Amino acid sequence: MKPGVGWAMAPTVTIVLLFGPILAGLIGTILPAFGGLRADGSNAFSVDPWRQLMVEPGVWTAIWLSIKTGVVSTLGALAGCFLLIAGWHDTRAFRMMERVLSPLLSVPHAAAALGLAFLVAPSGWLARLTTPWLTGWDRPPDLLILNDPGGWTLILGLLSKELPFLLLVSLAALPQIRAAQSMRVTQALGYGKVRGWVLAVMPSLYAQVRLPVYAVLAYAMSNVDIAVVLGPSRPPPLAVLVLQWMTDPDLGLRAQAAAAALVQLVLVVAAIAMWRCGERFAAGLATRAVESGDRGVGARDYASRGVGLGIAMLVGGIVFSGLFAQSVWSFAGRWRFPEALPDSFTLMAWARHGGSVLDVTLVTLALAFSTAFIALVLVIGCLETEIRRGKTVGKTALLTIYLPLILPQIAFLPGLQILLLHIGAARGIVPVVFAHVVFVLPYVFLTLAEPFRSLDSRYATLGATLGVSETGALWRIRLPLLLSPILTALAVGMAVSVGQYLATLLISGGRVSTLTTEALALFSGGDRRAIGVWTLALTGAAWLPFAIALVVPRLVYRNRGEMRHG
Amino acid sequence: MGDRGLVLDQLAIRYADGTPLLSISAEIAPGHVLSLMGPSGIGKSTVLAAITGTLPSAFRCDGTIALNGRMLNGLPPQKRRVGILFQDHLLFPHLSVGQNIGFGLPKGTPNRSDQVHGALTEIGLAGFADRDPATLSGGQRARVALMRMLLSKPEALLLDEPFSRLDIGLRAQVRSLVFERARSARLPVLMVTHDAADAEAANGQIISLPMQNGQSLPL
Repeated sequence: MKPGVGWAMAPTVTIVLLFGPILAGLIGTILPAFGGLRADGSNAFSVDPWRQLMVEPGVWTAIWLSIKTGVVSTLGALAGCFLLIAGWHDTRAFRMMERVLSPLLSVPHAAAALGLAFLVAPSGWLARLTTPWLTGWDRPPDLLILNDPGGWTLILGLLSKELPFLLLVSLAALPQIRAAQSMRVTQALGYGKVRGWVLAVMPSLYAQVRLPVYAVLAYAMSNVDIAVVLGPSRPPPLAVLVLQWMTDPDLGLRAQAAAAALVQLVLVVAAIAMWRCGERFAAGLATRAVESGDRGVGARDYASRGVGLGIAMLVGGIVFSGLFAQSVWSFAGRWRFPEALPDSFTLMAWARHGGSVLDVTLVTLALAFSTAFIALVLVIGCLETEIRRGKTVGKTALLTIYLPLILPQIAFLPGLQILLLHIGAARGIVPVVFAHVVFVLPYVFLTLAEPFRSLDSRYATLGATLGVSETGALWRIRLPLLLSPILTALAVGMAVSVGQYLATLLISGGRVSTLTTEALALFSGGDRRAIGVWTLALTGAAWLPFAIALVVPRLVYRNRGEMRHG
Repeated sequence: MGDRGLVLDQLAIRYADGTPLLSISAEIAPGHVLSLMGPSGIGKSTVLAAITGTLPSAFRCDGTIALNGRMLNGLPPQKRRVGILFQDHLLFPHLSVGQNIGFGLPKGTPNRSDQVHGALTEIGLAGFADRDPATLSGGQRARVALMRMLLSKPEALLLDEPFSRLDIGLRAQVRSLVFERARSARLPVLMVTHDAADAEAANGQIISLPMQNGQSLPL
């Protein structure tokens, strides 16, 4: 084989691995929704699945919940993120928030959701801290704060995971659009911080983060892992309904699950289309605002800055107090309501669950590592091919990378499961690995692309003039120089895999347990000590690779001054 | 002069869309220096990229490049045997000083470490093999980069403003070391610079860019 041919195949393999499962899944969803792939082996066109779906009690409420929680939480996260940057960028408070919020990004969704549940449940920490002096309760109240029918707790939970994500992608885009210079200009012209930012920086920033915003919107509308914990239950949002029908012992429900999954897909596509119209409308408003010449200084400026910081602090507060509450519960001895703290601390829960937690942690990490490693090799192959061909991929390719993040998982994973069951391939861990790759690879690519592309190309020129081959330049120059970003990309990929719920549950048919599936399965049981132990292990498993990615380059390059700063 | 040395025959660089950037013809005999002068942004460095075979995809080049009678056009960069020094010296930050020096030694070179130590001794850096390149001064880095390039046994030397980051006193010293080494190794040298003192010290032919009517002006 000619050297380099192997790498040149990476883009093709990547496309196949990303879109093969998605296409297969969509086919596997569409067919049963119209009478195909039945459990008894028969096939015939029929609209019965749709008829069943329409008469299912609560289905319209479920659809409405999906739209409402998705759109409201995305708007809230975007507003919070932009107001925080607008009002506080380049201040000490901002750098502190940045440091606080970035580790939150890797807290798995399920762990964050369970953390919030620990706070707002009727006998949760908030109730304990305010009882009886504020509330007058003497026992846990019969209040639906958690799982409220309106979905507001779900919205809060979604917001607290989405805001750190949007903040991170915005911060990565800011240097490219020369935000700092624009801000100096608007302030010199007498504009308030927030108004100046909104008029001068936000339009170009938004253009940079549009795809991540769509991904957030799609996720918020169609997620399961947060909704099963925090969302209403009668009825739940549509995606949860799909999952319930897919995992029901009655195989007859799968057809209507497939139909509902298609509805979910249409909802997300329609919502993104509506969002685009909203973008135009907002742009029109902004143009008029610019022409009005209003400077937006004084009280309004302070107020909007306050809102931005407030939302960000709320988010940080929620996730960290959730983690803290889980730790306290996992070590709690006797803990009566409404005591704010347990009477005693004990290792009993850790001793009881430690063994099985350790086993599942190892499975989870092994699955995460295999997935992230496959993704990493492919991503390096794609980026290396770019360098050798001398051109970076265009906008279409970026959309390709984002598509698996924008398409709702619930729209094609059930179909993939039906298809795998149909051909008898739904066994073992291998299909799960490849299902994870679909969602892990985009994040690995997005993390590694910038450092890989911006590496000084003169190093490779030097290598070539010193007689090193292209492959040699990769192994001896590029990869060692990029050790730190490569390990970070691997850690990001592993964290994404650790957090996968649907892809594990559906594709393995419930036969592969990870920390996420176990923690969520325990939730209905309500044993808070056990949930505390499992979710802490879950967050730990997501953080561990980041710790390694931080420490290893420092050890390897402890004598290399220029390598220690990434 | 025959076919020894570096010969650029109507080397023309243009943008991928056809817009011409510059063209140049030159013969550089072994041990001689040709200085290519002009303000920054004029495309001087693309000439060097065309010779090393690493022209960015936004550019194309026509004409021929020959080195000691070998046509370089179409050869991969690794096969051209052309050494280059950049202004930042670009020691590989992940390798030690010794590993940097030995980087260009062919696989299976006997007495690898002897050669590395010999090279370090020659430039007054004996005992520096295990040092972190980040701890070296600018002049030391320049010398290490020079020896790294020489140990790979190039047949020509390209200089991309290699002295412009050094302070004045050091600049003359490093400059004369580089020219002296290139002369004693009988290497044809093509230097890109915007500093007239560099070109003067090179004591050779000078081509000044931009060109008029497609012709470079002799200084």
